[in-house]
Amino acid sequence: MNAGFVARMAWREGRASARRLLLLTASITAGVAALVAINSFTDNLRRSVQEQARSLLGADLSISSQKEFTPAVTALLDTLGQTGLARVTTFSAMAYTATGSGARLVQVSGVTGPWPFYGDIVTDPAGSWDALSRGPHAIVDPSLLGALGAAIGDSLAIGEARFAIVGTIGRMPGDVGMRSALGPRVFIPGRYVAATRLLSFGARVQHEAFIRLPVGDAAQPIADRYRAKLRAESARIRTVAESQQNLDNALGRLGRYLGLVALIALLLGGLGVASATHVFVRQKADTIAVLRCLGATAGGVFAIYVAQAAVMGLIGSALGAAIGIAVQRVLPSAIASALPLDVSTAPSWPAIGIGVATGVWVAVVFALLPLLSARRIPPLAALRQAYDPGGRPREPLRIPVLALLAASVVALAAMQAGNPWTGAIFAAGIGASVGVLAIMAWLLIRAVERWFPHAWPYVWRQGLANLRRPGNQTTAVVLSLGFGAFLLATLFLAQYNLLEELRLTGGPSRPNLVFFDIQPEQVGPVSAAISGAGYPVSSPVPIVPMRIRSIRGRAVEAIAADTLARGRQRGRQGGGWALRREYRSTYRDTMVASEKLVAGRWWRADGPHRSPVPVSLDADVAADLGVRVGDEMVWDVQGVPVATRVANLRDVDWARFEPNFFAVFGTGALETAPQAFVVLTRAPDAARRGQLQREVAQRWANVTSFDIAVVQEAVERLVSRVVLAIRFMALFSLATGAVVLAGAVSTSRFQRLRESALLKTLGASRRQVIQVVLAEYIAIGLLAALAAFILASLAGWALAHFLFEIPFRLPIRQAATLIGGTAVLAVLIGAWGSIEVVRRTPLEVLRET
Amino acid sequence: MLHCESLTKTYGSGGRELTVVKNISFSLEAGGFLAIVGPSGSGKTTLLGLLAGLDRPTSGSVTLDGEVLERLSEDARARLRGEKVGFVFQSFQLIPTLTALENVQVPLELRGVPARERATGLLARVGLAGREHHYPAQLSGGEQQRVALARAFSNRPRVLFADEPTGNLDARTGATVVDLMGELNRDLGTTLVLVTHDPDLAGRARRTIRLADGEIVADSAA
Repeated sequence: MNAGFVARMAWREGRASARRLLLLTASITAGVAALVAINSFTDNLRRSVQEQARSLLGADLSISSQKEFTPAVTALLDTLGQTGLARVTTFSAMAYTATGSGARLVQVSGVTGPWPFYGDIVTDPAGSWDALSRGPHAIVDPSLLGALGAAIGDSLAIGEARFAIVGTIGRMPGDVGMRSALGPRVFIPGRYVAATRLLSFGARVQHEAFIRLPVGDAAQPIADRYRAKLRAESARIRTVAESQQNLDNALGRLGRYLGLVALIALLLGGLGVASATHVFVRQKADTIAVLRCLGATAGGVFAIYVAQAAVMGLIGSALGAAIGIAVQRVLPSAIASALPLDVSTAPSWPAIGIGVATGVWVAVVFALLPLLSARRIPPLAALRQAYDPGGRPREPLRIPVLALLAASVVALAAMQAGNPWTGAIFAAGIGASVGVLAIMAWLLIRAVERWFPHAWPYVWRQGLANLRRPGNQTTAVVLSLGFGAFLLATLFLAQYNLLEELRLTGGPSRPNLVFFDIQPEQVGPVSAAISGAGYPVSSPVPIVPMRIRSIRGRAVEAIAADTLARGRQRGRQGGGWALRREYRSTYRDTMVASEKLVAGRWWRADGPHRSPVPVSLDADVAADLGVRVGDEMVWDVQGVPVATRVANLRDVDWARFEPNFFAVFGTGALETAPQAFVVLTRAPDAARRGQLQREVAQRWANVTSFDIAVVQEAVERLVSRVVLAIRFMALFSLATGAVVLAGAVSTSRFQRLRESALLKTLGASRRQVIQVVLAEYIAIGLLAALAAFILASLAGWALAHFLFEIPFRLPIRQAATLIGGTAVLAVLIGAWGSIEVVRRTPLEVLRET
Repeated sequence: MLHCESLTKTYGSGGRELTVVKNISFSLEAGGFLAIVGPSGSGKTTLLGLLAGLDRPTSGSVTLDGEVLERLSEDARARLRGEKVGFVFQSFQLIPTLTALENVQVPLELRGVPARERATGLLARVGLAGREHHYPAQLSGGEQQRVALARAFSNRPRVLFADEPTGNLDARTGATVVDLMGELNRDLGTTLVLVTHDPDLAGRARRTIRLADGEIVADSAA
């Protein structure tokens, strides 16, 4: 049989059932749209990062340190910064205005020099940035104005200095939108930093220098030459290329994960194609048998329908690509505030090409298995309609086709994930979820059949029985619709439980206002001021900054070098950070409610003078450090060595808003060390908390404070933003489910027309016919939603229990809404596809048979 | 019992109109047995459908057991069918998702009447006792048609319409089905209207109307 005949037959055959075929391939449209949208967006984002790379840092090089720059670093800056040098000093402080209410913890940045060298800072009113250095001016995040009830022109108090607010920040280089979540930013001229008098002991200050080089591409060699030397001075050097690489990696990872969610939609569409093809081949059995009688070979018939699947896949994918391009055009404007740069919305041709190719491939590969049965339809079937020879030989191509299908899913996932392992795990995960969902749906159908009350009206029983009509696509519809609902529900449950945990930890009797950086001599007066205002005061918790000097007699520098070397061999970073970081520890002889002992024993409060001092470590940090109970550790407390022995390990519930510590020392060793204190209190509402914050900030400028409700809001905003992106991609899966359902409704149209004509002939009213139809789609929607929700609850529980380590709560009301919503979606689609069923007269239909 | 007056049915609109039934009038008494015969495309099935109220005629009227069908809404006609009319089709038209027993129950259940005992009895009467819980796919053609017959009689119809009831059956099975119809006609006094190609079957009717090209060309009593 020649290719020309195959092509002509594929065309003629397809022409006759174009509408049905189109719905069949529309299953993959949503998936391709999602893929093209996210990949195109990621491509554009990365290209924009490349184009605007220098403005990410605003300079060619940056050198930063948590300490004041040492003379060696300063000397280096003088050498490197001859063409351009700017410095930014960042610290936390309380800010308030003379006329507004409350006070806010802010991040103050003192800017000296013409930073940024590259890129612009967008301000409102425009041009305010240039006005900043002309006097005691401040440019602030817009959110600060709202929080303090202030306006441009007001005077802002920071420490003992006052600044005129001259503008707000729109966007600035390298700003990823998350940074301001830690607290609104305030920029002031660097020469006024000292006037705040806040950089005394205990303040956490970030010193950063920005350098413009005469030749930009000299940055990397310079950075490589000085990196080790600077590390020894506790300073870190960064180049444009490195920040670009970091951002590129982060965006790439994000894009790939969102792309995987998009791939789910496409694969569900593939499932829809397979199911529809299965039914299609059954309906085409007569045609195929006749073709065989007329001399077509089994392979030729197979080729006709594979060609049809490919062409339909191409049409569905092209449509999907068009939708995807439209979606990605609106994406950047929707999330512009969270993006560090301008993103172009030009369609990305590689993304479109890959999306369409993937769509066609999925359509063909999923159609192959059901099309194999077209090879098995004998010519004899044309003569005897009910011909079924029984015990047909098993299709030998079944196994290779199944293998091709599995390999395709893994390959597509690996391509999207950018690494074969992730791809394989993802493919296995989808396979397992689909399998569990299928089993769940099967059990539910059986349960309904088994226990459905016989006393229920006939229409309900008939509607349910229709789920098993010959050539039904119940499984495919439940799977595709259910998987979309499952994704959305799991996402919702994870978000709900995370945020609920935060909300509950701020329960009615718990502290909700924290004061810290309190100097020892201020503890008494600050506590007195708080209780004088009528609020409870917790006992002050001391905080002592320190670093680790040695573990089991080995200096941390040596251990870190080892870990780094071993880490490189294994291709990842070792526990260097845990070794070198600054620890803010406390001392006490009792445990607190957020702690649980997991190894060793707590020390006695009234023990004799102890040397070495007992210390308790957070179990995770101990694991990072490779430390066990009984190990000796020497700490560097502001230059003084303190010898300790690890007495026990604790699990710490960090989600609780309490002062929690990686390291807790026994009493008697740190009392004389330089330290600051934390005090907690509780005030009933935001206004009164703001009032108290302001009073304390006015009297003790160095004492900072935050309102837990404000932190909760920031976390909720952050979580919601991340979840929004994933939810958006997951919606495409639900859309695929809807299309697969619409396709199934359309495919079974003829059958349902006949069934309802028959029912009408037997005396059913239109109302009863409608009820049968509604019962069928209510059942299918509830089935999909219920199966999805059971699975999502399991997944949500697993996430809460194993990943977030928080108790799992099931929100009943929202669950009911989701289940109901999915059922309503199914009913709407079913009803829309069934208008004709109700409208046509029985004779019209019966005459067609 | 059944009366039609100047019955005409035209399909299609605009340029391509096709008149399938042309100006047909006749009456049939209660308990009568009428066969409608004629070549393919002569309008037999359409006439049967109009008589049973499955569609509206383009012009003319049908009176069934005293009810003028054109005056009834579609739902009212459906109700009338449920109460007074039975159907048997060439291709059986059983609901594939229901068992034999459930199929027989449908007409009564649509009216909310409990029907299990009657359906079981009817299945026994057509010789299918013990096959109540089989699905249509598990029954032979003759058995399926007998289930359809039991279903047609489940609501004690005043009129039974049958469209080529033996068309898909071999001669012996066909004969059994026709015998059954005859018995039920006699025992219950049901009026029978039958469309057929089969001269043997037509010969059993007490009256035969022959159609050609949508018109009555002969009307003879046996």
